[in-house]
Amino acid sequence: MTVNLLPILPEIVVLIGASVVLLVDLFLDDDRRHIGYWLAQSTLLVAAWATLRTLDIDVVRVMHDLVVDDLVADLLRLCSFAAVSLVLFYSRSYLALRGLFRGETFVLILFALLGMQVLITANSFLTLYLGLELMSLALYALVAMQRGERAPAEAAMKYFVLGALASGFLLYGMSMIYGATGTLEIDRVSRAVLAGGENEILLIFGLVFVVSAIAFKLGAVPYHMWVPDVYHGAPTAITLLIGTAPEFAAFAMLLRLLGGALVGAEVDWQGMLVVLSVLSVTLGHVVAIAQVNLKRMLAYSNIANMGYVLMGFLAADVTGYSAAMFYMVAYVLTSLVSFGMIVLLSRRGFEADLLDDLRGLNTRSPWWAFVMLLAMFSLAGMPPTIGFYAKLLVLQAAVKAGFVWLAVVGVIAALIGAFYYLRVVKLMYFDEPVDRSPIEARADTRVLLSANALALLLFGILPQPLMGLCAVVLVQSQFF
Amino acid sequence: MSLLSAPTLAHYLVLGAILFAISMAGIFLNRRNVIIVLMAIELMLLAVNLNFIAFSRYLGDMSGQVFVFFILTVAAAESAIGLAILVLLFRNAGSIDVEDLGKLKG
Repeated sequence: MTVNLLPILPEIVVLIGASVVLLVDLFLDDDRRHIGYWLAQSTLLVAAWATLRTLDIDVVRVMHDLVVDDLVADLLRLCSFAAVSLVLFYSRSYLALRGLFRGETFVLILFALLGMQVLITANSFLTLYLGLELMSLALYALVAMQRGERAPAEAAMKYFVLGALASGFLLYGMSMIYGATGTLEIDRVSRAVLAGGENEILLIFGLVFVVSAIAFKLGAVPYHMWVPDVYHGAPTAITLLIGTAPEFAAFAMLLRLLGGALVGAEVDWQGMLVVLSVLSVTLGHVVAIAQVNLKRMLAYSNIANMGYVLMGFLAADVTGYSAAMFYMVAYVLTSLVSFGMIVLLSRRGFEADLLDDLRGLNTRSPWWAFVMLLAMFSLAGMPPTIGFYAKLLVLQAAVKAGFVWLAVVGVIAALIGAFYYLRVVKLMYFDEPVDRSPIEARADTRVLLSANALALLLFGILPQPLMGLCAVVLVQSQFF
Repeated sequence: MSLLSAPTLAHYLVLGAILFAISMAGIFLNRRNVIIVLMAIELMLLAVNLNFIAFSRYLGDMSGQVFVFFILTVAAAESAIGLAILVLLFRNAGSIDVEDLGKLKG
């Protein structure tokens, strides 16, 4: 009997890479830590190559149907590799200045990535849960990495307690769905739910818990309590990580559980997502106005943006799913720039995480002010940035599915949101700088962050290829 | 039905639901010690385990019981990380009271 391991080759690569970094780090002294860093970067490169080499347009289920390798999984994996790689590039000097440029950081980041990959390729409740836990446990530890400070420890504790609560919700929901359908495999659950005849009450009971758990992980209101505290308290480089790559994993969870396993109970989860979406877009944008801390403001902006993802997703057709997926990619691409800028502006012993720290950025450096301007425009959904098309697609999907009022709420909330995004632009361009120190950064960070910001503009002018890709990938993966 | 009759699936599910509710109360109503929150999280996972085993037995399907072994293992890892963060918090904040966890807000 042969076992087909090719579909999980990227996971194997990341696992081996993480173990190698862990071992090699033992033999490195402090001025050769960059070897671990480059090993982590090359692991990501090899994993991306492995994903591309084993690309298969058919849906393949392996490991006794525990794992599914479809195009959605390949695309989300590639996006995660790119996001983690950029996070490592952007945060290199930040980590070095805070004593976090160590093997443990890279190993934990790689294990968190492995967890995301397992989650993205899950075809069973078991693998989905294990992937989620591997990702979350590594992220809790990363938040607490800065050991001498109070705020990261408090943030880690809150993240841990609420994350564990979300896992408990997810498991409780899964146990109910298991009881109603008699299987843990997502495709079989899906068939059982579509066929009907199972215990309806058990299924809906389970569904409520599963939707709550997904909302926790996405950070949708009313399960958003952890987001601002964790984004605020964690070291900014780790905030940059938490705000980017895990979003793809959370989207995969949404897609696998609601779009896959529970697609037959669509009518039931649609209503819940409508509530989550309305609350997230309004509360997220309104509370963000009151923030003086940039990381906290972006955390509330994250909550609002997850509301838009749900708004697209709840249309529950190919337009809706691909709009949500495009939105997620656009949001992560933008987050990389906005949090990347905070990391870039931070120095030894100084965190540029207050709105006031951005005052007069234009006089200090016109280029970086422009980069931040692009990120803010994209978050506010202004043309010609990618954020405009992302919002447009999501609203179109909601209207097409008959939720016109929901789209109206989305537009009004976006207008409220534009206020605080444009306030950042005003601070950068029309105020006098408080802090006039020069902006220093490594050359690779400067080039990649600039390219990342220009990509917001490029995809804003030419969004069709990426939109088409999202739709094709979803159709090929048999979500329809 | 006498109280001494064999327990059915419903009994186990009700017990699981009660344990789950107690753990929720432990997390949300507890205003004192973070360790109690960690205990409540463990209890929550045990409530889920009971559900899985009851369904597994009822359905005659082994996969639910296999899942329980994985949950037990993950729960061990989770409490290790939780306690590590707790030690860190105590070292930096000098207290592990839930009410002292309010420095980050806004």
